[in-house]
Amino acid sequence: MDQIAFLEPRPAVLSRRREIVADLLDLLPEGCLVHEPRELVPFETDAFVSYRRLPLAVALPETTQQVAAVLKYCHRYGVPVVPRGAGTSLAGGAIPQEDAVVIGLSKMSRILEVDFANRTATVQAGVTNLAISDAVSADGYFYAPDPSSQLACTIGGNIGMNSGGAHCLKYGVTTNNLLGVKLVLIDGTIVDLGGKALDAGGLDLLAVVCGSEGQLGIVTEATVRLIARPEGARPVLFGFDTSEEAGACVADVIGAGIIPVAIEFMDKPAIEICEAFAQAGYPMDVEALLIVEVEGSEAEMDAMLASIIEIAGRHGVKVVKECQSATEAALIWKGRKSAFGATGRIADYICMDGTVPLGQLPHVLRGTAEIVAKYGLRVANVFHAGDGNMHPLILFNANDPEDAARAEAAGNEILKLCVDAGGCLTGEHGVGIEKRDLMRHQYSEVDLVQQMAVRAAFDPQWLLNPSKVFPLEGRPAA
Amino acid sequence: MTPIHEPLSEEAAARLVMIAGLSATPFSISGGGTRNLLPAADGAEQLSTRGLNGIVAYNPAEMTMTVRAGTPLEKVEAALAENRQMLAFEPVDLRGVLGSSGIPTIGGVFATNASGPRRFVAGAARDSLLGVRFVNGKGEIVKAGGRVMKNVTGLDLAKLLAGSHGSLALLTEVTFRVLPMPETAVTIVVSNLNDAEATAAMATAMALPVEVSGAAHLPESVRGRFVSGALPDGAATVLRLEGLAASVSVRAQKLADAMAGFGAVSQCDAGLTQRLWREIRDATPYADGTSRPLWRVSVAPTAGQQLVAALRLEAGVDAFYDWQGGLVWLRMESDPEAALLRRYIKAVGGGHATLLRARPDVLAATEIFQPQTDAVTAIQTAVKASFDPAGLFRSRMTG
Repeated sequence: MDQIAFLEPRPAVLSRRREIVADLLDLLPEGCLVHEPRELVPFETDAFVSYRRLPLAVALPETTQQVAAVLKYCHRYGVPVVPRGAGTSLAGGAIPQEDAVVIGLSKMSRILEVDFANRTATVQAGVTNLAISDAVSADGYFYAPDPSSQLACTIGGNIGMNSGGAHCLKYGVTTNNLLGVKLVLIDGTIVDLGGKALDAGGLDLLAVVCGSEGQLGIVTEATVRLIARPEGARPVLFGFDTSEEAGACVADVIGAGIIPVAIEFMDKPAIEICEAFAQAGYPMDVEALLIVEVEGSEAEMDAMLASIIEIAGRHGVKVVKECQSATEAALIWKGRKSAFGATGRIADYICMDGTVPLGQLPHVLRGTAEIVAKYGLRVANVFHAGDGNMHPLILFNANDPEDAARAEAAGNEILKLCVDAGGCLTGEHGVGIEKRDLMRHQYSEVDLVQQMAVRAAFDPQWLLNPSKVFPLEGRPAA
Repeated sequence: MTPIHEPLSEEAAARLVMIAGLSATPFSISGGGTRNLLPAADGAEQLSTRGLNGIVAYNPAEMTMTVRAGTPLEKVEAALAENRQMLAFEPVDLRGVLGSSGIPTIGGVFATNASGPRRFVAGAARDSLLGVRFVNGKGEIVKAGGRVMKNVTGLDLAKLLAGSHGSLALLTEVTFRVLPMPETAVTIVVSNLNDAEATAAMATAMALPVEVSGAAHLPESVRGRFVSGALPDGAATVLRLEGLAASVSVRAQKLADAMAGFGAVSQCDAGLTQRLWREIRDATPYADGTSRPLWRVSVAPTAGQQLVAALRLEAGVDAFYDWQGGLVWLRMESDPEAALLRRYIKAVGGGHATLLRARPDVLAATEIFQPQTDAVTAIQTAVKASFDPAGLFRSRMTG
């Protein structure tokens, strides 16, 4: 199996390990530095568990100034830095390396200000995604991006990966809901980008920081948009005999000018896994299931559903199931959002994240099935169909190295299929290390060199999360 | 007369830039020439996208379109309208207020991030932009982003180029998301509120689950200059609702009930609504044939009226508000008062001001874009160099 490589640890850093730890202990308050090897173990990987590296030390700063002090120190001595939120990255975005100091934002978890008149919340980077919505829910607001890991993942991590979620079809992903950040640059300089105004002057640096996977600086605070919660929301289940019919139905709904809040797709293996876990009430006699959520007033939801049901009818829908209560609705979403966890109970899996143009969904679903069959593996598909963001879960046995290698090879082929169909490698999980070596399939050398030049404008020495996103060979000399 | 280059293909544009690099000939980039912000820098030659014309791909069912940068905006909007689709961010047409002719291009729309009233709910131009092709300062043809809705593969250079005002690269092709046109639209008008009351009313409206898609306040000084004076007397606070007819009427009733506590409520039909919001978008009351300084100011929604109230004590200003109060169109009596304005913007919590119009000598002498802190300026300079190391593309955004 071709293991994904990390950068070689810098001997000059490793040999100074004791000094570095001592210096960082001086810079930080008590209890904010982890450096005993056994205590470092929880930080050696993230949700992309096939790879792990023990970091040199883990700093857990309590303030922006402490983040700045650590970065300034690492910059001065050429020590790589890996930022970390909750460690839920599926792409290995938070996996450290032996010569790196991890900066974890978990202690910076306060909501600083909620401003309903301007519909903004200003929070520290370690606040969890769900905590923002929880804090404003009683007043009738929510924060829109909702990754499945929203109970655990942090807003800082969401900004790093430009995270999405099921409800992004209507409300957009993180970048569309982010107004400003406090960013610490690699040399310890603290800058504010954006704020409560809807757009900022100068170049839109915020846009390039969002989704930069911790390579441009460390976000310590964020100002995000709040949205008034709709009057009502209703998920409806549509069951089909084939995945192709379900895929074609999605394209037609969008093509007809109807934009529900969410359109989620599950194939038979995914339905079985999620139903066994959550007893969500999914129909079991269908090959593919769509969860379509509409929102608004009763009249509005009725009108929109009527149009969707008519379109689904043209595609041979077999079951239409409207939920009868809030509890049923919650169960439907519980089943969907626990798809990854529930799959983890029955097998090891890797989760792909390619996005394709809607018209290509049936083609890519067929291709995915063929690729997986060729490698003698199984796949469960559960994904955000409304925006073409696919999540094939390739099931394998991690105790069998050959099986694992086959899964990784199948995953790479599927991602290439997505790119060749006019799509991209990753819709919301990020490149991390997982997709790094496929970047040349999507981008030309010139495209990548331009991106790396922008990266180097922020971090000329490539100290921030250096093993990620860009293929290791062909980088500019730091 | 400055030479104007109009390459007819992306390859020709790239060659032109590469050759210009050898003699260090600077360019100032333009689209349809509808903005006159940039008195050509010393020896800068004009590089126009006008020769890069045409819709490359349009797939209504996927809600995406790919267009060459110099394509007239009109052509794009006409093609979309045939399928009852639109650009969600309502691109601004500044020809009226600038007294310019020219044909707005789609590349110019994205390069200036020109977003209208729906911006505060549907995002700016940059939020609709999915991918770009461009020529950097080295004469290389680069692509970034793609044509799918969700894409986090590498750095989001497309959004960085949106609003960069030709300072980083020459856009040659843009791919963007479009949305279905709403079936109908109405406007709820609340009359006779002062600026502070209007700001509170708009915030209340935005807190309701009725999906307001436009919230503007037109003080008495400008109200009569909208829709030929068809709005009721006194200041008008206007709230737009869009969507399916059945749903809009229900929401309009709900919104009208909630606004009744603030002032007298009336309603505009679909036809008047369309005209009104177009005029708000384009700041039509200031299409006055003068060159009195006109600012476009973006601050937090509640800060807009505080800013104007403070300025009124020290300068002759006329203003109206869009984006729930956060976008202020500000016409000064004579002097642009840049320093004063920017000091007050800082005092009300920050934001930015762009000077769109003034006498040519005033434009040349004023910092038309918001100055940034030293630290941010340093990053901007490094980012500019990463696209255009020799500084061929001159723009007032980065110098």
